[in-house]
Amino acid sequence: MMASSQYVRWFADIGIKDRPTVGGKGGSLGELQGAGIDVPPGFVVSTAAFTHWLEALERESPIRARIEALDPEDLAGITACSQEMRARLESSAMPLAILEHITGAHAMLGGAHLPPVAVRSSATTEDAADASFAGLQDTYLWVQGAEDTVRKVRHCWASLYSVESVSYRRRLKIPEETVAMAVVVQTMVDARAAGVMFTRSPTTGDRSVVTIEGAWGLGSSVVGGEVTPDRWVLGKITGEISVRDISDKASQHVPLASGGIEAIEVPEDQRRVACLSDTELQALRAVGRRVEKHYGHAQDIEWAIDRHSGALLLLQARPETVWSAKEAAPVARAVENPLSHVMSIFGGRQ
Amino acid sequence: MADQQSPSKSFPLPSSLSVVPGTERAQAAYPYYTQFTASDDQRFWFYNSMHFPEPMSAFDMITAEAAYCALGASSAKVHVIPTTLGIDHRIINGRVYIGGNGVTDPTEIARRVKEFESRAFHYYANWETLYAQWKVKMMTLIKDAQALPSPTLPEFEPLEHVHAGRGVASNHYLLDTYQKTLEGYFRMWHHHFEFLLLGYGAYMTFFAFCKKAFPEISDQTVARMVAGMEAEIFRPDEELRRLARKAVELGVDGRFQEQLSPEEIIATLKDHGAPGKAWLDELETSRHPWFNINVGDGFYHYHRSWNDDLSMPFSALPGYIRQVKAGESLDRPVEQLQTERKQLIEDYRDLLSSDEERAAYDQMIALAHRVFPYVEGHKFYCEHWYTNLFFNKIREFGALLAQHGFFPGTEDVFHLTHFELESAIIDLMNSWSTGSAPRGPDHWPAIVAERKAAIVEWAKHTTPPALGPVPDIIDDPAIVMLWGITRESLDSWLNAASGGNPNEVKGFAASNGVVEGTARVVKSVQEIARLQQGDILVCQVTNPTGAPIFQKIGGAVSDIGGSMSHAAIVAREYGLPAVVGTGNATLRIQDGQRIRVDGGRGIVTILG
Repeated sequence: MMASSQYVRWFADIGIKDRPTVGGKGGSLGELQGAGIDVPPGFVVSTAAFTHWLEALERESPIRARIEALDPEDLAGITACSQEMRARLESSAMPLAILEHITGAHAMLGGAHLPPVAVRSSATTEDAADASFAGLQDTYLWVQGAEDTVRKVRHCWASLYSVESVSYRRRLKIPEETVAMAVVVQTMVDARAAGVMFTRSPTTGDRSVVTIEGAWGLGSSVVGGEVTPDRWVLGKITGEISVRDISDKASQHVPLASGGIEAIEVPEDQRRVACLSDTELQALRAVGRRVEKHYGHAQDIEWAIDRHSGALLLLQARPETVWSAKEAAPVARAVENPLSHVMSIFGGRQ
Repeated sequence: MADQQSPSKSFPLPSSLSVVPGTERAQAAYPYYTQFTASDDQRFWFYNSMHFPEPMSAFDMITAEAAYCALGASSAKVHVIPTTLGIDHRIINGRVYIGGNGVTDPTEIARRVKEFESRAFHYYANWETLYAQWKVKMMTLIKDAQALPSPTLPEFEPLEHVHAGRGVASNHYLLDTYQKTLEGYFRMWHHHFEFLLLGYGAYMTFFAFCKKAFPEISDQTVARMVAGMEAEIFRPDEELRRLARKAVELGVDGRFQEQLSPEEIIATLKDHGAPGKAWLDELETSRHPWFNINVGDGFYHYHRSWNDDLSMPFSALPGYIRQVKAGESLDRPVEQLQTERKQLIEDYRDLLSSDEERAAYDQMIALAHRVFPYVEGHKFYCEHWYTNLFFNKIREFGALLAQHGFFPGTEDVFHLTHFELESAIIDLMNSWSTGSAPRGPDHWPAIVAERKAAIVEWAKHTTPPALGPVPDIIDDPAIVMLWGITRESLDSWLNAASGGNPNEVKGFAASNGVVEGTARVVKSVQEIARLQQGDILVCQVTNPTGAPIFQKIGGAVSDIGGSMSHAAIVAREYGLPAVVGTGNATLRIQDGQRIRVDGGRGIVTILG
C-alpha cells in the first residue's frame, strides 16, 4: 500500500487524535480500524490538501477575506457570495501534487476492478458544533472512477461555502483561517441490509441495552428517514432480545449502474421480513460493546452487512450526545447502614 | 375508555357473585369467618389462583387459614412491616379470595417504621445464624411429625400399656395425635413466613434499584444476578439425573421402559442380581429426603409426593437415560453458572454511572445474596416435605374412619373441615369407649357425596380474577412481592376484559425465547399426563416440582406468578420460553390451539 502523505492519510495510519487534520469522521474510522474493527478500506484527503488548494486559489483572487466581510444578517449577500465561491471551487482544477496523491490512493483501493467509493466530508470542528454542522456537509455514494472521485472531493470542499455553513460561521464569528475540511474516500459496501445502532437506549438512556435499527439495502434510507426500519432492543450484556419490531419496509436504496444510488421498491415477499438474523444482531451487539469499551463512552454507530460476503462492517461511530449531556443524580447512594436500603420497599410511599 | 384512570373503576362486587345453585350447603361448610358479607363490598379482593388454582375441598382450606394466620402475624406483629396489617381471606364456590389490610396514615407508618427497624434489621443483620437455627427448628418439626403414631383402635388396650401403667387409653391418642398434627401444621406456617417477606423485600430493593438504573433491564436478568445455584428445590431433579447415570453405569438402563409402571420396573430390578439391587439402593438414598417433593404446590391433599407416587419421577428416567447414553452431560454446571453470575454482576456494575451508584449496588446485592438461600430453600422443607407429612397423617385418620364406615373411601376425609374431622374423631373415640356404634356412618356419607359433587361443579365455573373497587395504590409489600399485583397489572386485567387484541395475551417475560406449539390448557395436576413432546403448557400456576415435564414441553404460560416465581426460575434453567402472570391465559386460550410464546417480551399470540 502506498504510504500516507501530508495530503492523503490511510485509515491504518490515523486515529481520533488526528482529528484536526483528518476530521472527526476520518479519525473515527482510523480509530476503529486500529481497534481491530472491520471498516471498509479507505483513506482521508487531509485538511492540508484543502488548505494547500485554497491558498493556491487565494493567490488568484481572495476567498477568506470576502467571506469574513459578510454581514451575518445579509442573507442576499451571503447567498450571492456562496454561489460564486461554490461554483469556483467546483470548477477549479486541483494542484497536480494533490491530484496525484488522491488518484494514486484511489488506485490502491481495488484489485482488477476499482470499487465504487463513498466520498464524505469530515469536519474538524468539535462535537457540539459538529452536531450543528451535521447534514450541512455533503456525502456522495457509489462514486465510480478516479476522475469522479476527485470531482466529488471538490464538491465536498465546496460545500463548506454553502449558504447554511457560511451563515453559521458568520453568526459565530469563526475566523476563516481556522476553517478546513477533510474528505473521507472509502470503499462502498453493497449492503444487503444497513442501519444504525445506539449503545445506549435513545428513549430511556438505559446503558444496559443496545438499540439496532435496520432496513434492506444501503443505510442512506434509514439515516435519511425514508423507510421505517426494523427495530430491536438487545441486552448489552445478556444479548436478550426484548423488542423485535419488524416493520413494513416498502423501499430500499440500491446502487445505480451509472453511479450514485436510487430508491426502488422492496419485493412484496421481503417487505415484512426481518432484515437481520439473530446471529447478525448478536454480532452487532458484540461490535457495539467493543467500540463503546474502546472509547469509554456510549456510541451512535452506522453499520452495513455486505451483500456478497455477509461481512458486518462499521461505516461510522460517534459519541452519543443526548443522554450524556443530561446525567441525572445517582439512582441511590451508599448508606452507613446498608440495611436501611430496604426501607424503599417497606417504608411506604415516600 | 376515557374513564380508564378514574378511581371509581371496579371489578364485580363480592355481593354480585352467587353460589353455584345446588352447592349452597357445600359453601356453608366453610367457616363463618370466611364467608363474604355485605361490608366486604367496600374492599378490593383478588382470586389467589397462584396458590389455590382449583376449588378447595373443606379440609384443604386449612392451608389458607394456617398460611394467612402466619403471614399476617409475621409481617404485621413480629416484624411490624409499616404498611400492612395482614391479609384476609374469603371463600366462595371453593375459590379463595384475599384482600390486604393496608396502613396509609403517614403518622402510623412512621410509628411502625421504628418498630420495624428494631425487629427486621436484627433479622437481616443475623441472617445466617437465624437461618441455620431455622433449619434446625424445621428439622425438629419434621421429626416430631414423623414420630406421631398411626391412629389405631385395638379391641383391648395393649397389655404393655397396662403393665407400664400408662393410664391413658388408645382412644385418647386419636385426639392427641390429631391435635398435634394440626398444631404442627399451623406452627410450620409460622416458620414458613418467618423470613419470607424480609427475604423478598431485600430482593425487591435490589430489583427496584436495577429498574431505576437500567430502565429496560428484564426481570429475569435481575433474577439471574441474585438466584442461587444450589437451592434444595433443584435437588429432586438432580437426583433423577444421578439415578439415570447410575442406571447406565450399572448396566440396568434397559429395564426402564416407558410402558412399564414403577412397580414393574422395581420388580424386574429385584430379579436383576447385584446391579439391580445396587440401583435400588441408590433409589432409596435419593428418596430420603429428596423425593419428599409434591407434584403440585403441596397445598391440596391430592398433590402427592414423588415418594407416594413414583410414576412422576420414573416417567422422567427413560428420557434422562437416553441423554446419558447419547453422551450428554446431565450435570448442572454449577461452577460455570457461578462464574457467569459473577461476570453478569460485574458487567452491570461497570455500566453504572458513578462510583457512588456502584457502592449502593454493592450494598444492595450483598443483602439480596444473603437472603436468597432462604427464599429459594424454604419451599422444600415447608410446602413439600411438611405438607406431605401432614396430609398423609390426615389420610391415616381417613383410613381409620372409612374402616369404621364414616364414609366410603380414605380420601373422603378431605371433605370434612378440620373442625368436623375433630368431631368425627371424638365420635369414634366415644363409640370405642361406649360400645355403641358411632353416629358418623349415618351422618357423613351424604354430606361427603354432596361436597364432592360441589367441587366438580365449581371447577366447571370460572371465577373473576378480582372483586371490588380498584385501590388507588397498592402498597402492601406482600401483595406486590408474592402475587406480583400492582395497580398497573390490575389496569391490564380490566382492559383485557374490555377489548384489546383478542389474539394477544400479555404477561411477565419470564424466560427468553420464542416458540410455537399446541396449547395444552391444564387445569389440574392430574391433567399433566396429556402433555405431548413440544406442547406448550398453559396453566393457572406453573409448578417447579413438575420439573421433569419441562424436558418434554416447548414452553410455558401461566395465569399467575412473577418473574421470580419458581416456574420462571425452572423455565430459565431449562431454557424454555415462558410467560407468567397473564391473569387469564387459561380462559382465553383454548386447548389444542396453536400459540406462539415470546418469553422475552411476555406476549402469547393465539395463532388459531
